[in-house]
Amino acid sequence: MPAEVTEPLLVERFRIQGGDYEHGGDAAAQIKAIMRRLGIDPDIMRRLSIANFEAEMNLVMYADEGVMEFQVHADAVRVRVADRGPGIPDIELAMQEGWSTATSEMRARGFGAGLGLPNMKRNSDEFEISSTVGAGTTVRYAVHLT
Amino acid sequence: MRLTEIAGLLECEVLLGEEHLDTIEVRSCFAADLMSDVLRFSDSGALLITGLTSLQSIHTADVADLAAILFVSNKTPGQATIDLARTRNIPLLTTPRDMFDACGVLHRAGLALAVEV
Repeated sequence: MPAEVTEPLLVERFRIQGGDYEHGGDAAAQIKAIMRRLGIDPDIMRRLSIANFEAEMNLVMYADEGVMEFQVHADAVRVRVADRGPGIPDIELAMQEGWSTATSEMRARGFGAGLGLPNMKRNSDEFEISSTVGAGTTVRYAVHLT
Repeated sequence: MRLTEIAGLLECEVLLGEEHLDTIEVRSCFAADLMSDVLRFSDSGALLITGLTSLQSIHTADVADLAAILFVSNKTPGQATIDLARTRNIPLLTTPRDMFDACGVLHRAGLALAVEV
């Protein structure tokens, strides 16, 4: 994280419900639509959108409920995803490609390969995750605009 | 290769976006049923070849900026999936060929693998 994070120029929040596969992806889509209206560079928009969709599906698959907060700053687009859920006991393990606790239902829907968290980090210029077992997980990431 | 040529090669039924097939040019493809793989490895602009007809296939194509979706083995998504694709301007095609066969035909026709480097 940079030493000083500026005041956001725009903040939008989206509620996400655990288990709601029907709407899993809507928040990422709405944020993409906002970025398109703002004229954000397509590559930056794609990277943040992929991270957002991965985060949103993680929340739908594993958590009870949560919020995705999107912020536009002069130098970056930033997202904070905080959920109420089981938490992650071993974050280092969860960040390894291929490690997954996905159920067969999640895999049948095309997810659960153990690629989500590492792919969010890969598409971000800043990434941090914190979690409390039995309480929930918070992920923050950003893509720089310059 | 234009989508209209791909539709012809694979005897596709066009489920959505018929009017765009002649203008969308595809140079590469990514084939997977696992959307996690698509999100991790596929380059933008690719044709997604998949057997997954859920809403998440549309969201995946949308966030990863893919050109269109080709469903294999005559798979046809439900109306909600088609409606979502319409709002995102993503053409949908379905072919009677299975995934291996569809990929083989497109590979022989000169299309490349869309892997992000």
